[in-house]
Amino acid sequence: MIQFSRPEPGRLLVSLRGGWQAGGEHPPVTAVYRQLDQPPVPTHIAFDCSALTGWDSILIAFLVNIIDYARQRGIAVDRGGLPPGIAGLLKLAYAVPERAGARQEQARPPLPERLGRLAYDSWQGAQEVVAFIGEATAACGRMLRGRARFRRRDLLVIIQECGIQALPIVSLISVLVGLILAFVGSIQLSMFGAQIYIANLVGIGIFREMGAIMTGVIMAGRTGAAFAAQLGTMQTTEEIDALRTLGIPPMDYLVLPRMIALFLMMPLLCLYADFMGVLGGFIVGVTMLDLNFSAYYNQTKAAIRLNDLWVGLFMSAVFGILVAGTGCLRGLQCERSAAAVGKATTSAVVTGIVAIVVATAAITVLCNILGI
Amino acid sequence: MSTSVDQSAHIVVKDLTMAYGDFVLQRDLNFTVNRGEVFIIMGGSGCGKSTLLKHLIGLKRPASGTMSFNGVDYWQAGEEEREKITRTFGVLYQGGALWSSLTLAENIALPLEEYTELPAGEIREIAALKLALVGLKGFEDYYPSQISGGMMKRAGLARAMALDPEILFFDEPSAGLDPISSRLLDDLILQIRDSLGTTIVVVSHELASIFAIADNSVFLDAAARTMIAAGDPKVLREETTDPVVRSFLTRGGSLGVNERNMDRQPSGVKT
Repeated sequence: MIQFSRPEPGRLLVSLRGGWQAGGEHPPVTAVYRQLDQPPVPTHIAFDCSALTGWDSILIAFLVNIIDYARQRGIAVDRGGLPPGIAGLLKLAYAVPERAGARQEQARPPLPERLGRLAYDSWQGAQEVVAFIGEATAACGRMLRGRARFRRRDLLVIIQECGIQALPIVSLISVLVGLILAFVGSIQLSMFGAQIYIANLVGIGIFREMGAIMTGVIMAGRTGAAFAAQLGTMQTTEEIDALRTLGIPPMDYLVLPRMIALFLMMPLLCLYADFMGVLGGFIVGVTMLDLNFSAYYNQTKAAIRLNDLWVGLFMSAVFGILVAGTGCLRGLQCERSAAAVGKATTSAVVTGIVAIVVATAAITVLCNILGI
Repeated sequence: MSTSVDQSAHIVVKDLTMAYGDFVLQRDLNFTVNRGEVFIIMGGSGCGKSTLLKHLIGLKRPASGTMSFNGVDYWQAGEEEREKITRTFGVLYQGGALWSSLTLAENIALPLEEYTELPAGEIREIAALKLALVGLKGFEDYYPSQISGGMMKRAGLARAMALDPEILFFDEPSAGLDPISSRLLDDLILQIRDSLGTTIVVVSHELASIFAIADNSVFLDAAARTMIAAGDPKVLREETTDPVVRSFLTRGGSLGVNERNMDRQPSGVKT
């Protein structure tokens, strides 16, 4: 493959033979470095390619390494012995000198710098969130005065997308959550022979918390992500710029209908999920715990207070605004590339779910204080 | 709408500096666009042409300097005044930027619904007319995803013309078009100018198109971070003494400067 000779003092002749192609076996470039460093150090390096049968970029990269190494040591490179194809490509590779400062340092910045950057980014992120909330509030104000500008048809389409079309997945998840709650509870309660209280556990749990939380999480994954992807893509294709230059605020035209749609649909979905969840508990109670149908029904009816229902519905309306808001915020913050749209979508789901959990905690504490 | 070319200043840019944070892209830009003129913003890749366009249409605020339309300073004006100025703009974005959830007719109708009190039937008629003007008669109910890139550009132009703007901005109209479509678009631009008296600002580096339509131009250079030439490109090609401008306008032909050396001009960082 490679042979070294010194036909005259100070001149290193590298003879390349055989095929130098990707996938083949090649000697490491360090073998040449060693020759170049070996005293007496040569002043010239030349190549002999008469026995070379084939080559591709592997050989070019190999030669570039040698040339760079030789240049650093002040050894002259004689490219005369290289076939014209290789000489041409090497000429091309060295035609434009490396731009000073173009190479980006991969070194990790020191800890204080990273911390500072993180703090700065968080601060900027917080400012953006506050600005978004402010703009959204202003847009709501305009809507209440009947001056918001969006197409009613858009609103109806979004309502359909995040309402009726979400029913199948909401049904499935809610029934399963009801089943799980009933199962977990039944193991504990049957130790005391108190299986009938499954109805209380499932009924209150679902109506007060789980129904709202599960619909919120489903909608964050389903609709919040879709909002972020839609708006993010519109950002990349300049559709949002096109709205702005027409003087149509994206906040009115894109964000507001999405927020209204989820604000209206989430409580309805939540109510539906509540009944589905109770149905799940009921299936376990009647078929596995042999509870009487009407006993289970009456027990459920007695356990759930109207307040439980209201708390659940209130939470779901809050979640609706949070999910739509985070989805739209991440979409509008999106940069102009396909990767950024993916990032925005992921971030919308994560932020949405975090917001839901935090809001649940806050509302639960509040209800506790108020004694609801 | 006058058919004769009125030679009064329409857009005046003074000492404009554009920057992304601390990174200054271009500074000390001074130029005037006259009414009814086809004005070209040209320069190599990454010199800030598109960014300048974003400034001119009010999407980005200049780091310093002023730009005024019909003598009114855009950023000194109140929000209402600014919105009024913006409404005299029509913008054709590079990829058309049609709203993908609306049909072509709805795309053109949206600005009309926003800013006029016309009944739905008339709006649809106007939309059909604008589409016919750009050669897309009969495509009213197509969605943007159903038509080709060249058609999207023309539909984008129809939308930009929806409100009979005083100034039309084009971001690289020839990009991604075959030579014939590109030529047809040039002809269309000239026809709009001639029949409506619209002022036209074009970002371009397509030489054939530049020489075909330009009345005036400004040349931005990435290395100098400012404008290094201004005037009619056809005159510039013959008379400029600046080697960068000359090699750009002759495709690197004269002075023995080859195209590889053009690429050597350090270009700005896109952020």
